[in-house]
Amino acid sequence: MNLILEPLAYQFMQRGLLASVIVGVLCAVMGTYVVLRGMAFLGDAMAHAILPGVAIAYLLRGNLLVGAGIAAVLVALSIGLFSRQGAVKEDTAIGIMFAAALSLGVALISSMQTYAVDLSHILFGNVLGVSASDLWLIAGLSFAILLTVGLLFKPFLVISFDPVLAATLRLPAELLRNLMLVLLALTVVVSLQTVGVSLAAAMLVTPAATAYLLTRRLWPMMLVSALIGALSSVIGLYLSYYLNIVSGSSIVLTATVFFLLSFLWKRMKSV
Amino acid sequence: MSHTPHRLEIENASIGYGDKIVMRNLTFQVPHGARLAVVGPNGAGKSTLFKALVGILPLHGGRILIHGKLLGAHKDCVAYIPQREEVDWRFPVTVSDVVMMGRFGQMGWLSRPSKADRQVVRKSMEQMGIADLAAHSIGQLSGGQQQRAFLARAIAQEPHILLMDEPFTGVDVTTQDVTLNLLDHLHNQQVTTIISTHDLNLAASRFDLILLLNHRLIAYGTPSQVFAKDNLAQAFGNSLLVMEDGMMLVDECCPPDEDHHHHADVK
Repeated sequence: MNLILEPLAYQFMQRGLLASVIVGVLCAVMGTYVVLRGMAFLGDAMAHAILPGVAIAYLLRGNLLVGAGIAAVLVALSIGLFSRQGAVKEDTAIGIMFAAALSLGVALISSMQTYAVDLSHILFGNVLGVSASDLWLIAGLSFAILLTVGLLFKPFLVISFDPVLAATLRLPAELLRNLMLVLLALTVVVSLQTVGVSLAAAMLVTPAATAYLLTRRLWPMMLVSALIGALSSVIGLYLSYYLNIVSGSSIVLTATVFFLLSFLWKRMKSV
Repeated sequence: MSHTPHRLEIENASIGYGDKIVMRNLTFQVPHGARLAVVGPNGAGKSTLFKALVGILPLHGGRILIHGKLLGAHKDCVAYIPQREEVDWRFPVTVSDVVMMGRFGQMGWLSRPSKADRQVVRKSMEQMGIADLAAHSIGQLSGGQQQRAFLARAIAQEPHILLMDEPFTGVDVTTQDVTLNLLDHLHNQQVTTIISTHDLNLAASRFDLILLLNHRLIAYGTPSQVFAKDNLAQAFGNSLLVMEDGMMLVDECCPPDEDHHHHADVK
């Protein structure tokens, strides 16, 4: 019992835990669309693409999340623009924006004095540095994103499963797809502080892929994914506290263990 | 028949992908509740026509009217059975989830399914003989069962016009029978059904009207009017063989897919 309660004596640990659980759930829910719509590469690209926004916000001493948010939305929309009407294929557009944004971000950060520490915080997260105002921002944004996903559950289901039905039902498919990209971008921004840009993609994909193996319907898949995301965050954070490792890594590795277990379970069941 | 109001009117429509026009100056009218079979050689533009009727492909010219109003003015009076490759079969939905999607247009995007919606879904599945598969994942079903699930969804939509692209290609006998029975049932309910097929015998025996296409309208009318030697020769050209005793053979293999190489452009 003490093992569990002891870390919670610190306020930064409490905030860190709350933030990771919120982010774990949020990434896991958005991740179901990432997995089902084959957007894993996009999620990864988006995560790296916010780097220049973060760097500029840092240089201007502004809020990092705001900088990241602006960069993410810009990148999401420009990917949409370049791949529109088949100018180039979407994954090519993603590749170009991904590399350009990452290079710009690293260039900006390398001009800073405290280069190494800052970069590692941005890349791998700094969950123990979550301030009270950060926590409010994370909670507020997450709530807004999850609410949107809840309200648009049916339209998102239809455009993902059967675009032709979406057309016959006169759904604004283009608008919904762009909205989904923006939601994904905001999700990556929110997860910046807990798992960092390089591991956000893993939190988007791993819990959702695990849930995909265990469920047969979209709604349960989201719930199971959220549960795995939350559990991975809690277990991962404790592991990071006791083993003294970077929290982003331990959270992602915990989620990976869940994935491997469910993969094995599924294999055993089908034999 | 001529006294029935025309419910689907295609006026001088030109349809294509990007700059490439596949179908030119198409004009025809389908009366309320008719059964129409669209026939023509591979690549004649059958799927293209369907995509325009559904509203996925914009028109290059002309217009399409349903009940006298422009296509798109009615929310969901057109139901469409997609071709197999248009659906992600690994998506986590059950058969009843798929059928319930047919109700989305009527129930509103924010509300939950009502008791009446559930009842319509159950009855549609029973009618298609897949009620016992309701809780199965759509991906676990056989091809024919999957098609019946989509037919059930189309019925649940309670459409005025039902479009089916090649419903008889590559399906089992049960599914073919169920589909044909459904056509009769819908005919009694005054639902207009439009299907594309390669099976000219089936088209002649089970449909009121035939539309013969090859990038343009070649002939339109009752089977006996349309299936004349001149028309078929115009549509099928060299793949038509006319025997001495008046018998005609049309060599048409393989399911169509005129649209495959255009896919990149459609997005």
